[in-house]
Amino acid sequence: MSLTTFLQQCLTGISLGGAYALIAIGYTLVYGILRLINFAHGDIFMMAGYFMIFAMASFPWIIAIPLVLAATVILGVLIERVAYRPLRSAPRMSAMISAIGVSYLLQNLATYLFTALPKGYPEIPFLKKIFQIGGLSASFVTFLTPVLTLIIVYLLIVLINRTKIGMAMRAVSRDYDTAALMGIKINAVITFTFAVGSLLAAVGSVLYFTDRMTVFPFSGSLPGLKCFVAAVFGGIGSIPGAVIGGFILGLGETALVAMGYSTFSDAFTFVLLIIILLIKPTGLFGEKTTDKV
Amino acid sequence: MKKHTISKNILCSLIALIAIIALLAFLQTNKSEYSYQISILERAAIYAVVAVSMNLLTGFTGLFSLGQAGFMAIGAYTVAILTIPVENRASVYYVSGISPVIENLECPFWLALILAGLLAAAVAALIGIPVLRLKSDYLAIATLGFSEIIRAVIAAPQLDRITNGSYGLKNIPGFPNLYVAFGLCALCILLMVLLINSSYGRVFKALREDEIAAQAMGLNLFRYKELAFVASSFFTGIGGGLLAMFMRSIDSKTFQISLTYDILLIVVLGGIGSVTGSVVGSFLVTAGREWLRFFDEPLTVAGINIPLFRSGFRMVIFSILLMVVVLFYSRGIMGSNEFSWDGLGRLIRGIPAKLSGKGRKQKGGNP
Amino acid sequence: MKLRKILSLTLCACMCAGMMAGCGSSSSSSASSDSGSATEAAAETTAAAAAESGDQVIKIGVFEPTTGENGGGGFQEVLGIRYANETHPTVKVGDTEYTIQLVEVDNKSDKTEAVNAAQKLVSEKVSVVLGSYGSGVSIAAGQIFADAQIPAIGASCTNPQVTQGNDYYFRVCFLDPFQGTVMANYAIDNGAQTAAVITQLGDDYSSGLGSYFKTAFADLGGTVVSEEQFQTNQTDFKAILTNIKAQEPDIIFAPSSITTAPLIIKQARELGITATIAAGDTWENSTIIENAGESAEGVVLSTFFDEAEPANDEAASFITGFKEYLKANDQEEIIPAVSALGYDAYLCALQAIEDAGSTDTTAIRDALANVSIDGVTGSISFDENGDADKDMAFIKTIEDGQFKFLTTTTVKKTAPSRCRRLCIWTPLLQGDAKDPRLPLFLKATSGAHERLPRSFSICRIQKKWSTAIPQPASTVLPL
Repeated sequence: MSLTTFLQQCLTGISLGGAYALIAIGYTLVYGILRLINFAHGDIFMMAGYFMIFAMASFPWIIAIPLVLAATVILGVLIERVAYRPLRSAPRMSAMISAIGVSYLLQNLATYLFTALPKGYPEIPFLKKIFQIGGLSASFVTFLTPVLTLIIVYLLIVLINRTKIGMAMRAVSRDYDTAALMGIKINAVITFTFAVGSLLAAVGSVLYFTDRMTVFPFSGSLPGLKCFVAAVFGGIGSIPGAVIGGFILGLGETALVAMGYSTFSDAFTFVLLIIILLIKPTGLFGEKTTDKV
Repeated sequence: MKKHTISKNILCSLIALIAIIALLAFLQTNKSEYSYQISILERAAIYAVVAVSMNLLTGFTGLFSLGQAGFMAIGAYTVAILTIPVENRASVYYVSGISPVIENLECPFWLALILAGLLAAAVAALIGIPVLRLKSDYLAIATLGFSEIIRAVIAAPQLDRITNGSYGLKNIPGFPNLYVAFGLCALCILLMVLLINSSYGRVFKALREDEIAAQAMGLNLFRYKELAFVASSFFTGIGGGLLAMFMRSIDSKTFQISLTYDILLIVVLGGIGSVTGSVVGSFLVTAGREWLRFFDEPLTVAGINIPLFRSGFRMVIFSILLMVVVLFYSRGIMGSNEFSWDGLGRLIRGIPAKLSGKGRKQKGGNP
Repeated sequence: MKLRKILSLTLCACMCAGMMAGCGSSSSSSASSDSGSATEAAAETTAAAAAESGDQVIKIGVFEPTTGENGGGGFQEVLGIRYANETHPTVKVGDTEYTIQLVEVDNKSDKTEAVNAAQKLVSEKVSVVLGSYGSGVSIAAGQIFADAQIPAIGASCTNPQVTQGNDYYFRVCFLDPFQGTVMANYAIDNGAQTAAVITQLGDDYSSGLGSYFKTAFADLGGTVVSEEQFQTNQTDFKAILTNIKAQEPDIIFAPSSITTAPLIIKQARELGITATIAAGDTWENSTIIENAGESAEGVVLSTFFDEAEPANDEAASFITGFKEYLKANDQEEIIPAVSALGYDAYLCALQAIEDAGSTDTTAIRDALANVSIDGVTGSISFDENGDADKDMAFIKTIEDGQFKFLTTTTVKKTAPSRCRRLCIWTPLLQGDAKDPRLPLFLKATSGAHERLPRSFSICRIQKKWSTAIPQPASTVLPL
């Protein structure tokens, strides 16, 4: 493999990893607080893609992007209200099944509303500017993705560690009932968490789809599943873990394809998951939990 | 008094059984006329087997596994490879040729089905050793992962000469007649019911209720979890084999995660922890999907074309219905109860009371 | 106690069965009515009304996906069939005029659903089935139609497995082995030395066509430098494409569904890959141009039909008529090749019913085997496998946001020296050197066979071939 190819693959891997990381954070935040695998997260990401197509049809990107972010946040919060809140006290399995149901519904809804045919993602000119460095060729968004991911993660960590709402989130995630007794408005915290998660999914969606350029109803399912694996790998509930998991997954997958094993790129994701679960069931940065009798 | 009820119940059941056999005989003789209905019934019966096997894990043992599609794939491919007539094999493996190991391996379908179950069970036993140490969501996601790995392996070009990789297998012999198809499904469900009602079944339920308490009672947690996992996978494998016989041509795309979700939705709809619920659920869901087909057709009311009705609307309605069940009737149709004549009687008697809003608690059959 | 439970269980199944039978019959209603009993009643009244007015009803099943992965293409094929039904609403069987009723079912591009959909057609007692877009579902349904002895005519399912070993399946399009060879020839003729192949894992169309291209390309002296697979629903192709870029192929052959096409095209161009991207018939769809935009320029594909070059009068009138029809149905006014094939499949069915002189399905099948029509995609007659003797493919490219006709590639039967192009190979006779037609073929290609590539031993000679050799004049093609 020549150096150019190697660098090109690295670039691809890092950019993919950045997008994965943004989505993985959404999983990790929700799981950290609700102990719920939000199966619909990948589909929220897909819906954000469609929102962008419609927003860009009538607005310039500078207005369209905030609109998309807002719409996605509303969607995420709405899903929490309707599908998860009523099941708060139900067994964990019910909530998980509800999440699968929402994911199923969003996919079918997208197929119905936008047809199964792929739709072209609108181009934002400055993001799509193609850079040629030697033999390397990539658009601006490819370079931007990992950088933006790191900035957002930094902001998020500040938010969680330094602000009041962040403290509330940590408290709820540590001990749900005690937090409630301490006067924390659990519902508000959970709504906020979903809003943040969806916001990141929307940002991830803009970056991911600008780079890949087509949206179809199932384009969220595979990235969604992989990002969940990334979150578990990093230790679910831990934000740095999700980011590192995302990058490892993106790079690992790309490396596998580069070595000529494209057949097994999906299987790789799950092999990685199973290995980490066996060696360190709580993931790289996960906290150890014990069952109380 | 009690004896009297039992004999009455047996009588009812016998009548029901005869009715089923009569229905089957009727369908069998009018096969061409009702082939559509027959195919729906067959598919529902096969899904019922898989749903009950999933319920055995999820509902009775409390292990949330999402690996059904993978085990079904193993079963389906085993049956396909073992039953495709030898003379057709050259044309089925038309791209890469067939491996000499399986070239002349052919056996009757019942043996192939048993082998399918055994192979799925063996794989489950292997997977179970590491995976069953995991708890709830982690277990779900790990089994889901394994199911995807199984699918990737089956589709891999490296196995072209055995599984025919991307090209799928066809010319799989179908069911010789309806009795075999439904008889096999009934037999599988019956065996699972026997397992659930045995002392093992009670251990499974103990695990579901409280793992730590069960462990304190001196039960070997892993052993029983593994047993439940292997037994469930055995029947899932057979279910996959039956599906291959039903479809007559399979490829790896059939066994995607969405298949597992379909089965899961059946289990939820029917009631987690109820065998009869799963059976009813699978017939309802399979029939419902077909019945809702009219939503996909354009609808004209009083000369106005209602724009909502077009391709894809059916699945939207279907998923909304499911969400409604999950959110508002989280116990599903049967909850964790089983069907019984007494329960049915009580339900019917309870309807007037329920209409007046008082009889809510009487819902369902006997526990 | 146990017995009771078991029995009650069986009862439960019975109840469901009863319920199901109810549901089932209502769902078996055709598009025109609402409930089971109503259907029968309706069917009876139509039949009665028809009998009064002197003609009767014959049903033709339309087995196509209108949702799922191939929903878009399937719908275009349905449009072609509907249009054909509009222009040819009746058929003469013997002396009676029969009205044709289309029974449409959606197979959802899914094999499991396809089984139910096919059974629905069987229980509707259709005389002929048309479809489907996508070979996988056709293969799944093939066995069912064969068991029910209902002939089926595939419009655009190109995988050899559809008709192989199935006496009741016919098709009006060419086959993937032919298509792969055509594209390989095109590539070589245009100076390509090296090729990369991208196929979809678990998809018989994509993997099959890719592998035929590979064999043909290698036999013609080219080198396949890279083979990559991708997963269903995969959206990221950058890693695969970077690999390919490193190998610097002259051409990338990526047969795949229209969902993936724009992804591959756009990502390849972004990575600075300048090689020609080529694919098969599925890519002739305007969604690709819509979604891939400028990047799609220069993409090459093979297809069944070209509206700029009507093959005969039938085609000319189809083109004008169908454009009107498309406009009336709010579709773009570019005629998709699959619509033309759907139209042709319908015409074949009509001709066969007429030739059979009866509505009996086996009689129609026997008539189909000998049918010969001038369809809009060229003349159609079926060989012993039930495949159309199609020996012409249209190669098109995308230019200025339009599909532009480049060239036709035909099987030139009269030119032994160029016999590389003559052959449609299928692995049908793989290793079967004893085939009686082989010496005939070798004689016909006199001397040329020494220069033939290795894979010629697996060559299948079409029926027309063996009969055509003594009188080459009769094989002039409708170009």
